Amino acid sequence: MRPGFTPVTVTALTLGFAFLYLPILILIVFSFNASRLVTVWGGFSLKWYVELLANRQLLDAAWMTLRIALTSATVALVVGTLAGVSLTRFATFRGRTPFSAMIYAPLVMPEVITGLSLLLLFVSIDWDRGFWTVTVAHATFSAAYVAVVVQSRLLTFDAVLEEAAMDLGATPAKTFFVITLPIIAPALASGWLLAFTLSLDDLVVASFTTGPGATTLPMRIYSQVRLGVTPEINAISTVLIALVTVGVIVASLMQKRQIAARRRAAT
Amino acid sequence: MLDRGLPPRSPWAIAARLGGWFERHGRALVIATPYLWFALFFFVPFLITLKLSFSEVVLAQPPYAPLFTLVRDFDASVLNIRLNLGNYGLLWSDTLYIKAYANSLRIAAIATLLTLAVALPMAYGLAKAPDRWRLALVMMVILPFWTSFLIRVYAWIGILKHDGLLNAALLAVGIIDQPLTILNTDTAVYIGIVYSYLPFMVLPIYASFDKMDVSLVEAAIDLGCRPVRAFWLVTAPIALPGIVAGCLLVFIPAVGEFVIPDLLGGSETLMIGQTLWLEFFNNRDWPLASAVAVLLLLGLVVPILLFQRHQQRASGKLETEAGRA
Repeated sequence: MRPGFTPVTVTALTLGFAFLYLPILILIVFSFNASRLVTVWGGFSLKWYVELLANRQLLDAAWMTLRIALTSATVALVVGTLAGVSLTRFATFRGRTPFSAMIYAPLVMPEVITGLSLLLLFVSIDWDRGFWTVTVAHATFSAAYVAVVVQSRLLTFDAVLEEAAMDLGATPAKTFFVITLPIIAPALASGWLLAFTLSLDDLVVASFTTGPGATTLPMRIYSQVRLGVTPEINAISTVLIALVTVGVIVASLMQKRQIAARRRAAT
Repeated sequence: MLDRGLPPRSPWAIAARLGGWFERHGRALVIATPYLWFALFFFVPFLITLKLSFSEVVLAQPPYAPLFTLVRDFDASVLNIRLNLGNYGLLWSDTLYIKAYANSLRIAAIATLLTLAVALPMAYGLAKAPDRWRLALVMMVILPFWTSFLIRVYAWIGILKHDGLLNAALLAVGIIDQPLTILNTDTAVYIGIVYSYLPFMVLPIYASFDKMDVSLVEAAIDLGCRPVRAFWLVTAPIALPGIVAGCLLVFIPAVGEFVIPDLLGGSETLMIGQTLWLEFFNNRDWPLASAVAVLLLLGLVVPILLFQRHQQRASGKLETEAGRA
């Protein structure tokens, strides 16, 4: 398609991005509002951020959420990568169709179903609900996303490199760690980051699978939101948005530099 | 005689043997690990949900009666199965559930079309953007997806509520003289779904626009087709696979959506995800909640299968393209 902006496409993009970003900008702006009223500007203030630091419950929940996200993203990375490799490098094995069905289904499965069914599993095997049950639940749906990301990377790079390594006598495991892994590393990084934010984000599945002592940040935010809009929620939201934005931008810059370095090495 | 056949005990030998074992069974191991994981944590839970949906609610911990009981009858053990269809009967007879189901399908369908209407021009604009802009613009579509879903829905409460920013702005400009009631209506739910799911619609459509051959549109215009007509006759059909994928990615989760209708919707129009949540958390009726889950899943089987076929075809296409390169 011939590249170039036209008045029509510029209007479409401007309106679209305004729709996507204005609500978030408004939310951020009002986190610095001195007034408790969310609609009236009462001057610049950082007092809601100061209050956040004193909110023990919120900080505990944030710490719990972070631990769950780190653990579940790492588990999801391992399981999802193995799943992606199985789907692309082993073209035929018994039960491949149900396997791929189980991997694609979590991508669209309504969260209430995933949450309820996992809880029923944990209850029927008598697994005490808490940190680990939420982590396993998150790792499961995140692994599906990792599998898709890894799969699409594996499908687009030339398998000739792997074949050459094996022809030269490398074992399949060595080939994977020396040839495949470095090539798909950017996909693994973005898969992990995706799994991490999915876990950080999740309210529904965590609400079903959690137990006493494992309240996550989204659960705390949700119960406060139900009571009404407060600048304090705006403040915690702004902190989260800032963290994720910085993380994603740093990750994409790193990826860009890596690609540039590889290009330089190639020439 | 004593040391005959005894394996050497040094850690290196053990490691080597272990390595050899992994080498021999590597392929099976690579497949088995994710296979068992998804079977145990994705498939088996559905079976348990299905089983529980036929069970009876009791005041106990956990709050349901066992479905299978082993009864000692004289000298033989008899497997006693108490299949209780009452949960499904209740779902059928109490109009609350049927209404919630119908509401969910209707709201998800309308919201999907609205998302498509917003996403189509955006995806087209992205695909036509100059190269040095395109990557940054695509990144800008993806970025909101990384920020918390809950926070993005919450952001709309302050905008849409009775004394919210939208009403304040419209009143100030003089477009309206009475504040509009938007929060706690279906309109607010539509806005919430379109907003939250927009990246899922834009990206697949953009991907199919991106691969399009310009000469087709040029040929149509050369042959006297007006640009708008050319868009509908040539461009839109090419984007169809992306449109189908985007619609499924929005529609399926939207049917079971909980957070958006709960925070933005009204109390009269419940969606099915909310009734499941209420049955589980407020009424502690696990069997009924399971029956709702089973029905919801049954209704989504066809779209989910369509989505899976699409995914499989897309990865197959990727493979042939890579093979050609």
